[in-house]
Amino acid sequence: MTEMEWAKPMLVADFLENSARQRTNKVALICDGRRLTYAMIDSMANRMANALCDGGVMPGDRVLLFLPNSVELVVAIFAVLKAGGVFVVVNASTKLGKLLFLARNCRATALVTEARKTELAATAMAETPSLLSTILTGDPRNLVDDRDGRFVLFDQIQRDYPETCPPCPRQPEDLACLIYTSGSTGEPKGVMSTHSNVAFAASSIIRYLENRGNDILINVLPLSFDYGLYQLLMTFKFGGTLVLERSFAFPTVVLQRMEAERVTGFPGVPTIFAVLLHMDLNKYDLSSLRYITNTAAALPASHIQQIQKLFPWARLYSMYGLTETKRTLYLPPEQLNARPGSVGIAIPGTEVWLEDENGRRLGPYQTGELVISGPHVMQGYWENPEATARRYRMGPDGRRVCYSGDLFYMDDDGYMYFVGRKDDIIKSRGEKVAPKEIENVLYALPGVSEVAVIGVPDNVLGQAIKAIIVKDGSPLDEMTVLRHCRSHLEDFMVPQTIEFRHSLPKTSSGKIRKAALS
Amino acid sequence: MDTRQMIRAYINENFLFSTNGFRLSDDDSFLETGVVDSMGIMELVLFVEEQFGIQVADEDVVPGNFDSVNCLAVFIESKAGAND
Repeated sequence: MTEMEWAKPMLVADFLENSARQRTNKVALICDGRRLTYAMIDSMANRMANALCDGGVMPGDRVLLFLPNSVELVVAIFAVLKAGGVFVVVNASTKLGKLLFLARNCRATALVTEARKTELAATAMAETPSLLSTILTGDPRNLVDDRDGRFVLFDQIQRDYPETCPPCPRQPEDLACLIYTSGSTGEPKGVMSTHSNVAFAASSIIRYLENRGNDILINVLPLSFDYGLYQLLMTFKFGGTLVLERSFAFPTVVLQRMEAERVTGFPGVPTIFAVLLHMDLNKYDLSSLRYITNTAAALPASHIQQIQKLFPWARLYSMYGLTETKRTLYLPPEQLNARPGSVGIAIPGTEVWLEDENGRRLGPYQTGELVISGPHVMQGYWENPEATARRYRMGPDGRRVCYSGDLFYMDDDGYMYFVGRKDDIIKSRGEKVAPKEIENVLYALPGVSEVAVIGVPDNVLGQAIKAIIVKDGSPLDEMTVLRHCRSHLEDFMVPQTIEFRHSLPKTSSGKIRKAALS
Repeated sequence: MDTRQMIRAYINENFLFSTNGFRLSDDDSFLETGVVDSMGIMELVLFVEEQFGIQVADEDVVPGNFDSVNCLAVFIESKAGAND
């Protein structure tokens, strides 16, 4: 592949630093009722980077950012990079058990979270030997006893530390972030992205979306989800403005913001579009919308038509990707009517093909696994060589390629159509959910003898999560099961339905036969 | 049960878990405390419609009406009053 002028290797912090130099007083971020310029965010990130270094973060160290979408999270992401560290955004609805797993798995040296979660942070510090310091955002009145002085306040850092960037050595081939994704074993795996990987993926997406400095993107997706995170990274790279919302919980508020800020780019997932299609959108002037994107799960053809009818002036991109390569495929909008069921072709500067189980390349209309090659192929899973070896292998030209685990076929022109997954991972609300992770949590609940978690088709969620439970004879009701799930799992992993059965279908070797359940 | 008690009972049954001793005050934001997530707000809307027989319009679903026990109680009572 020839050197691409539009995708030069660079550091991720350069996205912010370049824009702060070239567009100093441009509003970069609209969030939490505040409007922050590139210069303001850059100096806030510099101050926090100095504090991180002071707190013992060394180049290459992992820092957990356990925060909801907020100004502080944006600042923290760039602060970690400026300190030479590797950022790990943790979904704000993560519970203690999983937080501890993540902290220990990546041996984080610092944690950034909200002051209201001080108790959780204190437990994480006590249970994770590598954790040296915690930075707390928000109201310090929530701070509990801090005799060791291991808690530092975000606001205090902004007052006390210098606004010059600390001199930390950083290279494009260093790790920039870990993005944890569900594994079929039930244990999350951290996908390792270098600065080069991120810079390339962001450049390629910016190229096909034709983003310009005058674009204003709105993001309602959590930054712990790579689709959400890249809205921030891309915007800062092309020097636009990001309207960052905490969630899509109040659609009316989001629509009003889109109108008021003259938003040009709207990334969504099928769940969000399903809600929008049930609303009366005539009340809002959304004529500024230049494009809409969908990924994480395919939109039903009827929804594609309805979205096109609602926003005839906007381009609609159907896309497909996996965290292991960030984005993989996109359908050029002009192809949408001819091939509504397709998620398109390889993103610019990359290559894809289909293989059968013997590694033979397949032609049109033959179903096989999607294999991906290009500078967006990430480095593998953090300290998990077995899982890395299954997913990432050496390609024909000596470059590492990614085996997606997803089955596709292509048409005569090479446009790809999703068929299904090779494993039993559920996609709900656009996020990957490992049935095993939920089953492990349910097996810890007294009264559960056997459990199988499956995905069932759902118009709004893509797939709804269903747990089928065999009780050991004790009285266990649905509410108890749901409470247990809600206290141990992230929101998007909590099952929508619980069913109790007397037994589960088994194979001759005694394994639960999930195919017979759905 | 008055409106606030009914809301509290619903939140307790469906969203709060007693294990960590977390206490939600009537003014605490559902979303900021993480008690209710974005899908949970949709469930809350259904609860209000079914339990109180109130028609909830899209533009009613805003933080001022749905983000705390107190907000929701005031909203339900004003809607119920309007229906009388």
